[in-house]
Amino acid sequence: MGQVTIRIPTPLRGATGGAAEVHVEAVTVREALRQLEQRHPGVLARVLDDRGEPRSFVNIFLGDTHVKKLGGLDAAVNGTGTIAIVPAVAGGAS
Amino acid sequence: MANPDSDTPRPLSLPRALRERLEAWAREAHPHETCGLLVGRHEHDVTQVARITLARNLANERLADRYALDPEHFLAVDTVARGDGLEVVGVWHTHPDHPARPSAIDLAAAWESFSYLIVSVARDGVEGAAAWWLAGGAFVEQPIVEVRPWAR
Repeated sequence: MGQVTIRIPTPLRGATGGAAEVHVEAVTVREALRQLEQRHPGVLARVLDDRGEPRSFVNIFLGDTHVKKLGGLDAAVNGTGTIAIVPAVAGGAS
Repeated sequence: MANPDSDTPRPLSLPRALRERLEAWAREAHPHETCGLLVGRHEHDVTQVARITLARNLANERLADRYALDPEHFLAVDTVARGDGLEVVGVWHTHPDHPARPSAIDLAAAWESFSYLIVSVARDGVEGAAAWWLAGGAFVEQPIVEVRPWAR
């Protein structure tokens, strides 16, 4: 189990008491996110759906790699150390 | 830091040089939409923009009226910003041949605590720009002010 830094984007900092980073101990990305929820109840509802998978408008990276490319949230953190929650940014003129 | 979740946004401080660069990018991309990030910080009376970035628009099937910002771009910009004591404070995108007002799809995809700067651009050039802030499920206009260039 290693120490993991979870990067919180500005739109979610209202749910983390303003914290831009949260440090947890975890083996997998999923476990790290659960610990984030324990520290800041309610934040995970903005990130994961009812099935416990990333919402369509949220991207989760382990290091520089999207977790989709790593098989999902059960990817091992290993020595990577940083998980980033990245909001999907989209829209358009009409 | 002032509260970024306020329903009343602080003015968006956008130096003239950055605004001119945005307008150039908007003209170059027309008739396609283009987009990027606003990097800066929340100060007590303004949201100060220090840098702007140009991202890939991944909405390849509807480039005339949709944008989808490359999340890898967001990650890379956010990494550098944090290292410099800054943060991603908002998003900019263009509305080719449409006004600088948020559309229904802009609203549906919007996040709180981000400034949304929209640049209206036509074939003959930029027609205007406006910033918007999500408060209580609706957009309110955020004043844009021009102050000294970022110099700290």
